[in-house]
Amino acid sequence: MISISEEGYYGRFGGAFIPEMLHPNVEEIRKTYVEMIKDEAFQKQFRQLLRDYVGRPTPLFLAERLSEKYETNIYLKREDLCHTGAHKVNNTIGQILLAQRLGKKRIIAETGAGQHGVATATVCALMGLPCVVYMGAVDIERQQPNVSRMKMLGAEVRPATSGSQTLKDATNEAIRDWINNPEDTHYIIGSVVGPHPYPDMVARFQSVISEEIKWQLEAATGKSNPDLIIACVGGGSNAAGAFYHYLNEDNVRLIAVEASGLGVDSGESAATSVLGTEGIIHGSRTLLMQTPDGQIIEPYSISAGLDYPGIGPMHAHLIQSGRAEAVHITDREALAAAYDLSKREGIIPALETAHAFAALEKIAYQKSDVIVINLSGRGDKDLDTYIKHFEEFNE
Amino acid sequence: MSRLENTFNNKNKNLLNVYFTAGFPALDDTETIIRSLSENGVDVIEVGMPYSDPMADGPTIQQSGMQALENGMSVAILFSQLKKIRNQVDTPLVLMGYFNQVMQFGEEVFLARCQEVGVDGLILPDLPLSVYEAEYQDLFKKYDLAPIFLITPQTSEERIRKIDQLSKGFIYVVSSAAITGNSKEISPEQLAYFERIENMNLRLPRMIGFGISDHQSFSTACKYADGAIIGSAFIRALENGKEDLDKTIKTFVKGIRNN
Ligand SMILES: Cc1ncc(COP(=O)(O)O)c(C=O)c1O
Repeated sequence: MISISEEGYYGRFGGAFIPEMLHPNVEEIRKTYVEMIKDEAFQKQFRQLLRDYVGRPTPLFLAERLSEKYETNIYLKREDLCHTGAHKVNNTIGQILLAQRLGKKRIIAETGAGQHGVATATVCALMGLPCVVYMGAVDIERQQPNVSRMKMLGAEVRPATSGSQTLKDATNEAIRDWINNPEDTHYIIGSVVGPHPYPDMVARFQSVISEEIKWQLEAATGKSNPDLIIACVGGGSNAAGAFYHYLNEDNVRLIAVEASGLGVDSGESAATSVLGTEGIIHGSRTLLMQTPDGQIIEPYSISAGLDYPGIGPMHAHLIQSGRAEAVHITDREALAAAYDLSKREGIIPALETAHAFAALEKIAYQKSDVIVINLSGRGDKDLDTYIKHFEEFNE
Repeated sequence: MSRLENTFNNKNKNLLNVYFTAGFPALDDTETIIRSLSENGVDVIEVGMPYSDPMADGPTIQQSGMQALENGMSVAILFSQLKKIRNQVDTPLVLMGYFNQVMQFGEEVFLARCQEVGVDGLILPDLPLSVYEAEYQDLFKKYDLAPIFLITPQTSEERIRKIDQLSKGFIYVVSSAAITGNSKEISPEQLAYFERIENMNLRLPRMIGFGISDHQSFSTACKYADGAIIGSAFIRALENGKEDLDKTIKTFVKGIRNN
């Protein structure tokens, strides 16, 4: 049985390893979020925004040409059709309502690919709250369109210039900002990472994905359970959402796809579940890439959203306990999958999402299986990268 | 009686605690810095274990940590440096670091080694009070190490009382809601907070830290507590005066004490 304990642990993973400066804030959220999620007024507002603003339910699409190629039955959960272009907005809608309930006047966020930054800037515009987004200087370079979108939405984008200048460092900067502004600011974390209750809260907001898959698949096939669900894992929020209502349905295989960059053993990788060991990152006990001395190792992936040296505690537990299978996809495998999906189904996926599609080449399945791939986001933000490598992959 | 208790029993005013990052400016400066701080009458020395992702620290301490790691500093090297120094100085030594460093060394092995090399207390900002209480309290007792916890302007009275019960040595009073290295002037709100804590009549001595950078902020802080802690300002002094550390440290401590 997969569940989270009172103190925020999935098995050995989770908890809240935070400095005293953050204690009152995190405690306030912990005391509020469950009660809020159970509150009918919240549910009504949350559901309405998901429907009228985000555009939910997102379709579940039978990808016939892809199914033909892989000789099986593949459905795509179209989170790319969410307003702002990725699943990230499901969480930011929930958290902005939490921030309002807590009476917060200022919002901060970290972002890797910029999708969470855009989704945060969007809900801040919607609610009229000022927004600061921390983004690694390297990611600002490789995800320019999203930087421009955040600015247009009225957010301030602050570069994180320490360490590898990517998602991990942006998260450090956001945490420091929160320490400096504990009373008026809410920190909208963008994945199922960070101290308890963030991993659980974000997973619950994202769980709408699998809630919809259940009835959509039932309508399409007569069975609400697929045989496999595939999702990419950076911190793990889209995967958590897609897995959520299937966690305790043991006949549904859960496939967590990590980025292995230039290769798992190349030294340039973000394959946390194999390269990681147990430790603490961003306030949570989980698997992370680190030296024997406990220094966090700078990860690498072509995909900014997967370029993170940890994974959420839920996924650490799912993978270690054998409930989920981890698959590792290199930059090149992801690029090839992105070009293929574009031509075969007319859908340009985000680079993060492309990793999930590449996993089809690596896993065993039956012809009769029903496979759901969580299409977490669209590829507009990655066009520069796709164009740069186009010739190489498309002679 | 422990070195920390001794220090606070002999003196309850104007105690100066200086923080430095081990391995900065150079890998082997640890011995010189500790000896010199001690010779210049610093009451408590806080030794920072450099960390890749120090979430409670500002740019000055972050950069010194990066430099120290580039210089090759590790927890094991630091312990062997401290062991040599312990024969020469009697000043209490407090290690400051992040809990992941302790976990990776092995919690019990780490604490045993602390005792062996003469470390007196530990400041681990991201080790939560509840986890300490449930899992590590007995080990700290076993190896006679003082757990030193932080309080901030947002910490509730109930929690401060609990921290006062569970800590040893002293309570680290974080001067404002901030990471290390801010050096704005001390505000009236901060003074009101220091006073509020002072009036709680806590069991343990109190040291005010974060944003204490010069003689003026040091002496203001000392009016409301047993002493104060200086970190980033000292790191900056070391950076600017690394050619002659003894002279730099002497001048720095004199400047803080203003004598
Ligand atoms: C489209 C898309 N998919 C996946 C991710 C990875 O995040 P997570 O693992 O939290 O879903 C991101 C992150 O930026 C993203 O933009």
